[in-house]
Formats: sequence, structure tokens, C-alpha cells
Amino acid sequence: MKVMAQMSMVMNLDKCIGCHTCSVTCKQAWTNRTGVEYVWFNNVETRPGVGYPRGYENQEKWGGGWVRNKRGRLQLRSGGRLAKLARIFSNPKLPEIDDYYEPWTYDYDMLVNAPSGDHTPVARPKSLITGKDMKVSWSANWDDDLGGSIETMHEDPILQKMSEEVKAEFEQAFMFYLPRICEHCLNPSCVASCPSGAMYKRAEDGIVLVDQDACRGWRMCVSGCPYKKVYFNHKTGKAEKCTMCYPRIEVGLPTVCSETCVGRLRYLGLVLYDADRVAEAAAVEDEHELLDAQRSVLLDPHDPAVIEAAREGGIPEDWIEAAQRSPVWRLIHDYKVALPLHPEYRTMPMVWYIPPLSPVVDVVSGSGNDGEDARTLFAAIDKLRIPIGYLAELFTAGDVAPVDESLRKLAAMRSYMRGISIDDERDERIAQAVGMTGREIEEMYRLLAIAKYEERY
Amino acid sequence: MTPGIRTDGAPATDGPLADALLNMGRFVRPGETSEDLRSVFLQGGRSGDAFYRDRWSHDKVVRSTHGVNCTGSCSWKVYVKDGIITWEAQQTDYPSVGPDSPEYEPRGCPRGAAFSWYTYSPTRVRYPYIRDTLAQLYRAAKAQHPDPVDAWASIVEDPEKAASYKRVRGKGGLVRTTWDEVMEVAAAAHVHTVKTYGPDRVAGFSPIPAMSMVSHGAGSRFMNLLGGTMLSFYDWYADLPVASPQVFGDQTDVPESADWWNAGYLIMWGSNVPVTRTPDAHFMAEARYRGQKVITVSPDYTDNTKFADEWVAPHPGTDAALAFAMGHVILREHFVQRRTTRFQDYMRRYTDAPFLVELEQRGEGFVPGKFVTASDLDGAAAEQARADFKPVLMDAAGAPVVPNGSLGHRFSPEDEGRWNLDLGGVVPPLSVADLPQWTGEAAELRLPRFDLDPEPGQEHAGGSGVVVRGVPVRTIAGKTVTTVFDLMLAQYGVSRPGLPGQWPADYEDASTPGTPAWQQEHTSVPAEQAIRIAREFADNADRSGGRSMILMGAGTNHWFHSDTIYRTFLALTTMTGCQGVNGGGWAHYVGQEKVRPITGYQQYASAADWGRPPRHTIGTAFFYLATDQWRYDGLPADQLSSPLGTGRFAGRTTADCLVESVQRGWMPSYPTFDRNPLDLVDEADAVGKEPAAHVVDSLNEGTLRFAVEDPDDPANFPRVMNIWRANVLGSSGKGNEYFLKHLLGTDAAVRASEAAPDARPASMTWREKAPEGKLDLLMTADFRMTSTTLFSDIVLPAATWYEKHDLSSTDMHPFIHAFNPAIAPPWQTKTDFETFRILAEKFSEMARTHLGVRRDLVAAPLQHDTPDAMATPHGRVEDLPRVPGVTMPKLIVVERDYPNLAERWKALGPLTEKLGLTTKGITYHAEPEIERLGRVNGTVTSGPYAGSVRLDSDKRACELILAMSGTSNGRLAVQGFKALEKHTGQEMAFLADEHEGTHLSFTDVSVQPRSVITSPEWSGSEHGGRRYTAFAINVEHLKPWHTLTGRQHFYLDHDWMDELGETLPIYRPPLDMHRLFGDEIPGTSTATEVAVRYLTPHSKWSIHSEYQDNLFMLSLSRGGPTIWMSPQDAAKIGVRDNDWIESYNRNGVVVARANVSHRMPEGTVYMYHAKDRTVDVPLSETSGLRGGIHNSLTRILLKPSHLIGGYAQLAWAFNYLGPTGNQRDEVTTIRRRSQEVQYR
Repeated sequence: MKVMAQMSMVMNLDKCIGCHTCSVTCKQAWTNRTGVEYVWFNNVETRPGVGYPRGYENQEKWGGGWVRNKRGRLQLRSGGRLAKLARIFSNPKLPEIDDYYEPWTYDYDMLVNAPSGDHTPVARPKSLITGKDMKVSWSANWDDDLGGSIETMHEDPILQKMSEEVKAEFEQAFMFYLPRICEHCLNPSCVASCPSGAMYKRAEDGIVLVDQDACRGWRMCVSGCPYKKVYFNHKTGKAEKCTMCYPRIEVGLPTVCSETCVGRLRYLGLVLYDADRVAEAAAVEDEHELLDAQRSVLLDPHDPAVIEAAREGGIPEDWIEAAQRSPVWRLIHDYKVALPLHPEYRTMPMVWYIPPLSPVVDVVSGSGNDGEDARTLFAAIDKLRIPIGYLAELFTAGDVAPVDESLRKLAAMRSYMRGISIDDERDERIAQAVGMTGREIEEMYRLLAIAKYEERY
Repeated sequence: MTPGIRTDGAPATDGPLADALLNMGRFVRPGETSEDLRSVFLQGGRSGDAFYRDRWSHDKVVRSTHGVNCTGSCSWKVYVKDGIITWEAQQTDYPSVGPDSPEYEPRGCPRGAAFSWYTYSPTRVRYPYIRDTLAQLYRAAKAQHPDPVDAWASIVEDPEKAASYKRVRGKGGLVRTTWDEVMEVAAAAHVHTVKTYGPDRVAGFSPIPAMSMVSHGAGSRFMNLLGGTMLSFYDWYADLPVASPQVFGDQTDVPESADWWNAGYLIMWGSNVPVTRTPDAHFMAEARYRGQKVITVSPDYTDNTKFADEWVAPHPGTDAALAFAMGHVILREHFVQRRTTRFQDYMRRYTDAPFLVELEQRGEGFVPGKFVTASDLDGAAAEQARADFKPVLMDAAGAPVVPNGSLGHRFSPEDEGRWNLDLGGVVPPLSVADLPQWTGEAAELRLPRFDLDPEPGQEHAGGSGVVVRGVPVRTIAGKTVTTVFDLMLAQYGVSRPGLPGQWPADYEDASTPGTPAWQQEHTSVPAEQAIRIAREFADNADRSGGRSMILMGAGTNHWFHSDTIYRTFLALTTMTGCQGVNGGGWAHYVGQEKVRPITGYQQYASAADWGRPPRHTIGTAFFYLATDQWRYDGLPADQLSSPLGTGRFAGRTTADCLVESVQRGWMPSYPTFDRNPLDLVDEADAVGKEPAAHVVDSLNEGTLRFAVEDPDDPANFPRVMNIWRANVLGSSGKGNEYFLKHLLGTDAAVRASEAAPDARPASMTWREKAPEGKLDLLMTADFRMTSTTLFSDIVLPAATWYEKHDLSSTDMHPFIHAFNPAIAPPWQTKTDFETFRILAEKFSEMARTHLGVRRDLVAAPLQHDTPDAMATPHGRVEDLPRVPGVTMPKLIVVERDYPNLAERWKALGPLTEKLGLTTKGITYHAEPEIERLGRVNGTVTSGPYAGSVRLDSDKRACELILAMSGTSNGRLAVQGFKALEKHTGQEMAFLADEHEGTHLSFTDVSVQPRSVITSPEWSGSEHGGRRYTAFAINVEHLKPWHTLTGRQHFYLDHDWMDELGETLPIYRPPLDMHRLFGDEIPGTSTATEVAVRYLTPHSKWSIHSEYQDNLFMLSLSRGGPTIWMSPQDAAKIGVRDNDWIESYNRNGVVVARANVSHRMPEGTVYMYHAKDRTVDVPLSETSGLRGGIHNSLTRILLKPSHLIGGYAQLAWAFNYLGPTGNQRDEVTTIRRRSQEVQYR
């Protein structure tokens, strides 16, 4: 056992309001400068939708992440390092600016300095790449709130994968938001893709970084990352990416995106894992087993053997304590409501998500007694507007069972807590139905609903 | 150092060759490589990381906030490095909500997070500007007339010169000038206008004081010392829910957002919480985990639908039908089929339901008439003071009882201690049918309905009809009476055995108004869904003790008939006993920003320390007249009338209703008379009369007229307008193109023709040629370029919110907190406070020669929360002789010491001590505070006001506000409650006792947001750390509402309400613009054009027009104005996503790009609110001009019910009551345009 510490995050998508405050505060702090105008270390995408960069989840096209080869070994999807070296000067799998968006500004100056003329002054868009006039036709968040869905929704790689047909129709409309940062994977394909050895995973906390001195700008990391969370600074010629705000983390502050998250849906915490078992777990054959495999790599920080091994590995005492009170660990391990994003990429991502509940599709009036007991509505998971298959393609390589379990726990929490809130009764049967005790539900409720600052980070 | 990593599984990377290669690499570069060669591990803290570490460093962090009208009032950390603001992040140090609730941290949104972009943006106004044409004129005039006032006069009084600078407004050509010159021009314009036309020809517009009280107050104080007119904004924005004064007698009072957490059932109705209440949306998301059920009512699949357990999608504007049917279900199931004790008890104590109403014979039958009052009874009851304002209910035996707590008790000294809701031993029956002696006597009532399609050939008359329904009656004092509750059951179509009339057979019966099936025909919402939600809402309210909440917003409040929509909502929260309960009741959040320290703010901003009353007026009517929209309106008032009306509005337009309202003193209007109000006093002196008598006589003789009768008389133009903290021309200006044409005199895309001669207002003078360019000077202070600055004659560079001291508060949270400068105002920018200080000084200087000390006649309307509210007994509107303060405005002379205006502006005047500070009928006496403030702020050392408290800095003004308000000064809170205790005979002072010694200072609120103190200035309680909910004090301590009965009103018995058919909650469909104004019928289309409903909901990427020009917000959206439309509508006209389209109607033209999404319902488009024309707006094919703003397609329409005054809760107060600038009923035609767009 090789115990290592990983700074990790859980985002509760059920609480995400899609406001993009995280994106803006992150951008203001980190990428508000030339060369990275188009770069959003943190972005939020409306799903269904194509994401940013456009269609990044289509690994057939971009070749990010790992695949398991015939020998049962992991191999970069876009080819091994030799293959990469061979085409180091022309990388066909690199997203172009239009796949992100052509950043622009406006000739705002006209608003202040327009000479006398015939019309009201206006600031028209100008490309930040060419400086020329342009028509804005794509942005960092073009399909926000299902915008332009008729033109773009069919390009959503998830919808393309799903067997169930999802139509862009008013009556069937659904949407939710997916905030994304770098996954700071346990098995990062970007690091493995770097020909210069400039990308590395910090030994102490697992944060994946680009050494700005060592980066040679080959951009293999951009292709190699299946989440497209490594970006190229076209001014410095170096790769840049989400740093998990390490200058803040190091002094005990949460990341900017976490602390400024108005939905209060982000949890930060240290997780211990067994570095020896990462490769094996990432290489399990059945994609549906990747979730459990990754869970099994994570180590129980309360286990004396783990604590012992951690000490041996040089992990400081206060880090072990931090792992023990980590909300991330509780959400992943104790409650099992958090799930990784695209485990099938086999990078062992460490930003996990609680899937969103959503309005029920139809009027659930068939049973006739819903009006008497609002609690029965909360359990109608199979009638949710968001097809569970869609969530499964995001979080469990298509396996609906873990998503269903997570959603049922959220629904059970609502039912159980309604009993306390309205009728002053604790109905243990509800808790038992999802394999929990009432007390556990109340603890989970405190973490998810009351969610005090000190408990989120 | 990390030990070597061993793998015990199979090697996991590519293959042997790659491994070999990588193995070599391990030795030539530093760091630890995993043995399987997958990963490189390095220790942190390397030099390659230094870049990000440097980037994170900063010199200081300053607490401030954003003075933007979003109700956010979020506290922010502003980071500064090397004297430059770098970015901002939310503060997380709000006082705790308690251990069992989520906290307020972090509050903020992406708009706020992007604010610092403005500090250094290329659209920052860095210097003062003046339009070149005006600059040349002024400089030339100055050469001839050394006196600036004379110079200004020589320009504006020369029609050719005046037109020459007015017609180039908005067409570029702003040039840099100096502060000296720009202030000279501004002051000269003010002096000339005051002298020549009158101070009420100077108007000021700056909205939402809570978002930065001193920045607002500094300008408002200047305006009020001058005698200028401050325009209201809450009603103008259509954010004022007129139903609130109608039902509660209160402007708006709502729960803080943390109280959503306490709701067991939450309906978000026309309020897109994640977008418009971003900082607080989490309480809603989290409350679901506590078991709250959430319903979203919205015509589109809107952001908050994501959180809903059920989505209800009615046709736009039909919400009242749904609420009405829900009311039908609740009344039937909780008041008739069975009687829910809690609801019944609540209705008896806290509503007008048990009060008696006389039935009036009208035509073929009865209609509901007036409340029975003590004056209608025999003997002693009628002898009481103000018996005509003491409504009557019955005891269980049926005897009439005059209960405590009505308006008649409020201002009568002999009723001291009886203004309360204590019913004693009386248990009033809700229905006459509940009386033991009732023998089945009933009357057939005739009730209006407006949900019918007009008969063919009768389109002009509208679709209205009559339903006949019986109520149980009895005779009291010779009158046939019933109760309000009985009227409600009749109105809602809830049958009871034995009563005559047309009643629905069951819920599925759509033949008559009220049922779930009936609403389905109007809303498309399935009847079963309406029934279920109604049942759940009521059931939850019953089981939880009132914790059912409706969170409502602009989606339901911006309609012409929003007062009726809201009354159907409020009926639901009231009949289920949810008002005044934590977690229950209405939660209205549109433009509602509570100035928590209201008393101190009002004193400062209205300059009440120097003179009273201020000239405050109703913004909508002001702009309606000033922009000549009245000339295009011609909306016949009787088209809105009930078929059962008396013909009161026959032959009159809604503009005539405004004229009557002003003449009667119901609503204010400035300019008031067709003469300078300074000269009126001099005239009175000359003829040896009291000024008021002189005015009455002159009006009677016809030698003086109200300006409202002739707004196009040059004597009645508003001449100078000051705008700060606002963007009227790019945001709130309904009928934007009319503003440009008539107020400003420049190019405009107005497409409508003026009203035909037979449709013109009868009581107004029609001048053949409509004036263009009424305004001589438009002056705007801002930190960014907007339509308003672009069209202004002079533009003043304002400091941003990170560059000044100020105070912020909101209704969303219970804290007061501070603005602080992160940097000094850069370039030549100045704070609003400094700007108005300089203007006041310049003005005073010029006033010495031109104005001197004058006396000003202020015509003040009949005021809410004063005995004025008893000017119209029984709401009977009669022709009576002119009596100021009764049948016409009060006429009050105020001294204007113009040469000392600036000195007054900078010092606390004597009236604060002499007259006290009055808020909502309670007068506070603040001698100790004044004395203390003198030591905190210092006193004026010399001059006429030596010894007065200094108010010559923004911080000192903040201290005044905090010292003079109960919410921030516990001594005043306790004092106010003690006064209220005497008045009501109920104990209340204990609510504030715990904080009697607390006195928040500016330093306190800079250190951390501070919780306010429970104060009689508001109706809720924070006592013991409780969450604020409106009307908790009324419910728990029996303090009356400020209404006629002292209770919440279902019934409004004013003559005009009767004429409109709106005495009771009712469904009125959206205006039929086709019928009224000849617009296209929504849904019609040709191959190239489609007519659709045009809605302007609040935007995700801006707060009004603020942030819509911000590069971050533009990059995260579509980079300019768009119109969201359904795939079906887009297909009809061959439009694809992101195509350029033009949208037009009689009011103007918009050019935008289409956003085609299945989120939108067919037949309705959204252009999100306040898309200013400044960013990416090409020229229009239709008009040849720059495409317009979202309000280029709207126009002001006045609803007469908003104009009622002088009667109980229907009495005016500033931003409390007034016509709304509603804009949701519009229809537009859309077509695809040439995709080759031109910008100039």
C-alpha cells in the first residue's frame, strides 16, 4: 500500500443554479489576461448541450484519456508516446479556436469618443484574434439554458450515445448544469501525454500542474486530456490549467470556485488513496466496474492500517486528520451519493458529482393520493424529466444503478425530513428503503442542506 | 522524499518500447515517476509555479458592495494590488442564521463578480463630457453674456439654437470638458429654470435608495432643497405590486430569503429565482432537502424549473385564472365542505372576511356596495369619532359590532389604545348563513366577468359579461347586507345549498368562472393539476401552521392587470392563514429593496430637516405626459369598465382618469400648475390673499389650470432632468422611442399615429403640433456609457461602488453593510455625493443674483398613513367644492433659501428636532441622537448654520442615517414601539428591548454586515434571532394593517374599483392589443412575418442594462441582444438560430439575433430585459435608425385603479401607490432581415 493524499472536490449538481459565478471569479483571478482570453479553467455547461470546448466528450474525435488494450494494459487513446513523438509537430487531435470560441471584444471606445454622426454610437464586436469585425456565432457558453437547441443539441455526445431518444420538444424539455474544472485525476492522461515532462502531479496533494518553465508548448496534454481542461496560452506558448488554486489551498483557503459558489454546492477535501492500485483499478475490463474500482483505490482514513501506512509515507498528522473529516470522503464513501465524471476515460478523476433530481415528466396523479401526501412525489425517480440514462452516461459509463441509488437517497432524504419538518415524525422505513438509518439521513442532510462553511471545506 | 513506487499489478502503460524510452527519461529530469511510468510526481513550491503564486498576491482587501438595483446587497471583498483593483470575491462573514439553517454566505452572482471590469473598461466615463454643438453654443453665448444664467437663457429661449443642440442628441459628438464648465452649465440651467418656469420643472431620477443610500440621498437632498421633483421608480418599473397597498395597506413587505427555508410548500410563480435572486437561490434548493415541495409556474422551461417537483406552464398572463381556480378549490374544501379551524379563525381575526357590505340595487339586480360603517348604525355607534371609517361586523348572535382597529380608530385621540385587532369576546361569523336566525333569505348578486371573447361586431367593447350568484343576506340598519366572505364564495363560484344563481356543478364544469376546468380553458393547465396543487398548498398550510409560500415576481407583476393577478395570489396565502407566519405568505421580489434604516434615510434624502413636504411624484404619469405618450394612447377608460358599472368612465380615456386623480389630490403631479409656483405666492401677496386661497380662487375662476391638463404647453414642460444611478433611456423607459422624439427632440422610430380626434382625452388640451425636445438639459452621472449618457447633453464621470463610502440593505437579508473605497475615484471621476455638493455650491452662488430667498407653493397629495386617508368617506367620488387637503391637493408654502442651499445641504436643519421624524404614522424624537451626532460628525463652525450637525461628507451622511433609524438605533426602536403600545394598547416594546443600547455606527457595518434591530418601521420581527417575515407583528401582537378595516382586504369598495369590476379578486386576461390598438393578433403569420406575444423577463447576463455591456457576461452568453423564440415560430418565417431578425410594432423596432430553443412555447418570444442599444446593435431596415432597446416595443398604459387616492389604504405615498409602467401585454411582429447588417 502506497498511501498518498489527494485534494478532491464534490459538486452537488442538484443544487447548481447554473449562475456561472464560479467561472467568473476563477477567470478574474486566473485567466483574465492576454493569451488566455478564451480560457475558462472553470466553466459551466448546460446539459443537454455540447459543452466547452464544443463536443469535448467525443473521444472518437479528440482521442483523450486512456483505453484498455488487448493486453489489458492502459494506453493513451491517441496513441502511445512514440506515436505522439512521431507527430509532435502536427497534432491532428487538437481543438481549434472555433471549438472553444473566437474570443472577442467590442469597439467600446466608440461609446465615449464617437464624433457627431447620423446615428447613436454603438460598440460592434471585434475579434480578439484578428482585430477585425466579426459576427459573434459561438461563445464560451453558447447553448446556455438550451439556447439554440435546435441547431446544436443533437451534437451532444451523450445524447448520441444514449439508446433512448431525447427530442428537443417543449413538453419534454429538461436541463441541468454541469460546472467543470480540472479533474486532478489519479491517473492523469495529460501528464502521460507530455513529451517534455512538464506536467506533474504534486506529491503532497495530487494537484496536477504544468511547470511553466519546463513546458515546451507541444500541446499533447491538450489532446490527451479527455475533459479538455488543459489549455494553450497562445502568448506565452505554454500550457495552462486549473491549479486547484494551490496558492490558496496551501494557506488553508478553499479554491476560488468553491468559496464563491453561491449555490453552496462545492465540497473540498483530502482523500487518501493507494497509489499502488491506481493502474490496476483504471484497467479493469468492464467499464461499469470502474466506479467501484476507483472507490476501492480510495482508503478509509479511519482505518488504523491506512493511518499507519500514511504516517510511514510521510503524510503529516494534520493531513490525516483532514482526510478523516473530509466531506468528500463522506459523500463518496459513506453516503455513496457522489459519482465521478466519465469514469470510462480511465483517468480516475477526482472531482465527483451528486446527480441532479429534476421535475417529474408527467402529472403524477395516477395514484390519486398524491395530493394528500406530497412525500410520495419525491420518490418518483423513474418519472424524472432528466432521463436517468443521460446521467448514467455522464457518471457511470452508462450503468444506471449507481445513479438511481444516489437519486433515491436524495429523494428519501426529502421524504424523511418532510416528516420531521411538517409532521414531527421520524419514519425509519424511509431511511431503510435506501439502506440508511434515520440518523445517517439526518447527518447527510446537515452536510447537503445546512452545509456550513466549515463543513464544506 | 517520495519513496519509489512499486506496482503489484500488471504494468499499465503502453508497452515495452515506450516503457524503455520513458525509463530513460526518468534519469534526465527531476521528480518522482511512478514505477509503471504513468505519472510524474513532483513536490510543490517549485519556481515554475511562481507565476500563479504571484498572481494571487495582493496588497489589501476592502469590503464593499454593488449599488445596483438587483436587491442583492451582497458584501464583497475587493482585492487591490499596486493601487489597482484586481478582482472581487464574496465575503463569507455574515452573522449566523443559526445552527439548523443554511447561512447567507456566500452572497453574490456572476454579474457582481464581473464588476471590477468596469473600473478600467474602455467604456468607463473618465472625464466630464458635453455635446460639441451645445459646447459651441454655450461658449459663444458666454462671450456675449458673461453671466452663465443669461448665457444659458440666450440659448434655450432661442428656438433655433435650442433645436440645433436637441436634434443631435444621441448622435455622438460628446467632447471632453472641465468640471468647472460642466457644473457652470448645469447650475445655470437649474437657476434659469427655477426662475423662469419654476422649481417643479426640474426633475430628478435615481432609483432604489437601498442600493446606495447616500449616493441616492445626496442628489435627492439637492433636488428637494431646490423644490425640484423626484420621480418614483418602484411603480414606474412596474415592480410595485399595487395589490400590496390594496390588500395590506403597505408598500411591500416580504420575508427575508432565509425564511424560504421555513416553508413546507413553495410555489415560485413568475419568479425565476436562480437568475433574479441568485445569491439566495440556495435557500430554495436546500429547503427541498428539508422536505419542502417546490412548484414552478412559468410559461417557458425556465431555470428554476430545474428545482421543481412540478412545472406548471400557463399561457402568459393568465396566472390569475389558475390562482382563482385554486381559491375555488380551497374555499370549497376548507370553508364549505368542511371547516378548517385554523383557516376560519385566521379569516375572522385578520381579514375583512366577516365585515358587512351593503348590497346595492343596480339595474336588474344587486351589486356589492359599500362597507357598512358605524355611521350607518343607530345611536351611540354613529356618534363615534370618524364613525364613517369604522366598518362593522357581527357577533355570533348577529348583532352589529364595531370592532377595534379600523382606520377610524387610528387618528382619533378618543380611540387611543383601541387601534388593535383584539375582538374581545366577539367571534364574528364569516357568513350571514352562519347566524342561527338566518332563514334562507338570499339576494341574487350580479358579478362581472372579463374572460369572454367579445361578441362579433362588439370587439371595441371587449369581452365581458355578468354572472348571477346568490348570497345570504339580512337586514341591518335598514340595509340589505352580507359579508365579504359571502361575496367571496359568490365571486369564486363556490355553491352552497339553497342559494340562487349560476353555479358550477363540479370542478369539471367549465361553463361558469371559478372552477379548475374553467381555468384550464384559459391557462391550458390541466384541471387536475390545479386541483392537486391547491389541495397540497392548503393541506400543507393547515398541517404546518401556515408554512405555505408563494414566491412571486416580474413574470406575474409586470402586466397591465397585475393588481388583479396578485390579489388572486394573496387571497390564497390569506385564506390559508399563511401571512405573518415564518415560512408562509407572499414573497414578492421585484425591485423591492428595503431601506432598512428608512427613517434616517428619508430625513436625509427628502431634506425634511429643512422643509416639508418634498415634491415626490409618480414616475409613470410624469413620463406619460413628458414624453407625449398620452397623445398616442386614447385608451378608452370604459373599455376597462365592468358591464355593471355606472358609466363613470364613459367617453373618457385613461388619461382623463389621471387628470381627475391629480385634480382631486389623489396623486401628485409636478409641474402642478401652469405657472411658476414661486410666482404664485408672490401673486397671492400682491392680491393680499393666503396663497392657498389664491390658488383655489384662481382655479375656480379658470385663470389657473393644472399642468396635467395641458402638458404640451411650453410653460408646463419639464426643463431640466438629472439622472444618476440609472439608465432610463436604455432600460426602464417604457415607450423608449417616444422619449427620444418628444422629450429629447431627436430621431426616433415611433411608428404609431396619434390618437384620432374622437379618441383624445376630453379633459386635456390638444395642441396640433406635438412638441419635440421639451427638455432643455439632460444631465447624467454614470461610470459607463449607456443610452442615457449617449443622449445626455452633459455627462458627469461618476465614481464606481468600489470608490466611495455608502450604505446598503435589502429585503432579502436582515443586514446593513457598507461600501468602502478600495481606491480613490480615478481620473476625474467623483462620487455622487461630491457631484451634488459641487452643483449645490455653484447653484447657490448663481442664486444670489438671480433667485434670492423665495416662497414656493407645493401642492401635496392626500397622504397615506395620515388623516388625509379619510378624505373620501366610503370611497364615494363626488363633485364637491375645492377644499385643499380634502377634495384637492394640500397647498403648502415652503421657504427656499436658494443662496444658502449648499450650506443647508451640508448641515442638519432644525426641523428634525422641532418636528421629529415620522415613518408610517409614528413620530420619533431624536434629541439625544442629534446631540450625539454633533459630537460624532462635528458641527458647522461658522456661517448661518453654525452649530448644526455636519453632513458634509458621505461618511457623515451615513452616520446620520444609522443614528436616526430604529433598525440601527435600538433607542429609537424602543421609543417607536412604546408609542405604538399607547396607540394599540398591546405590548410590543419587548421586541426591541434586547437592543435598546445598540447603536450601529459606520465602522460597525464596515467591519461586518450587522443584523438590524426589530423596529416599528417594519412589520416583522428579528427578536431573538428570528427570521424576518412580514406582518408577524400584526398577527402576533394584534397591530392593525394600515387599511380601512385594519385587516387584510379581499374587498375594495371605492367607486372606481366598482366601476372597473374589481371590488373582489378576479381574473382579467392580458390586454387585447389587437382590439385596443390594431396590433396583429398573436399567432397569425405569413411566410415572412409572425405575430407573437412579447415578454421581457429579467436577464441572466445582466442586471437591467448593467453588465449587459460587460465583456465577461457577453462572452458567457451570445454577445449582444437576442430574442428567444420557439422552433415553431422560427420555422414559420424561415429563421435559424443566430439569424438577424427585426421585431417591431407600433411603438418601435428592435434588431437582434434569434435564439431558437425548444425551451420556449410557441407564440411567445422573450427579449430579456434591458438590452441597451450600446452593444452590437446594427441599423434597422425598418426604421433606418439604430435598432432599439427592449422597451422600444412597449409603451406606457395607465390603469385607473392605480390612480385612486385619498381613501384608506388607497392613498398615495412615494413609491407606495401609483400607476405602474407595465409592459407585458405587448405583441410584436418578427421577420427575418437581411443578414448583411450595417452599423453606421
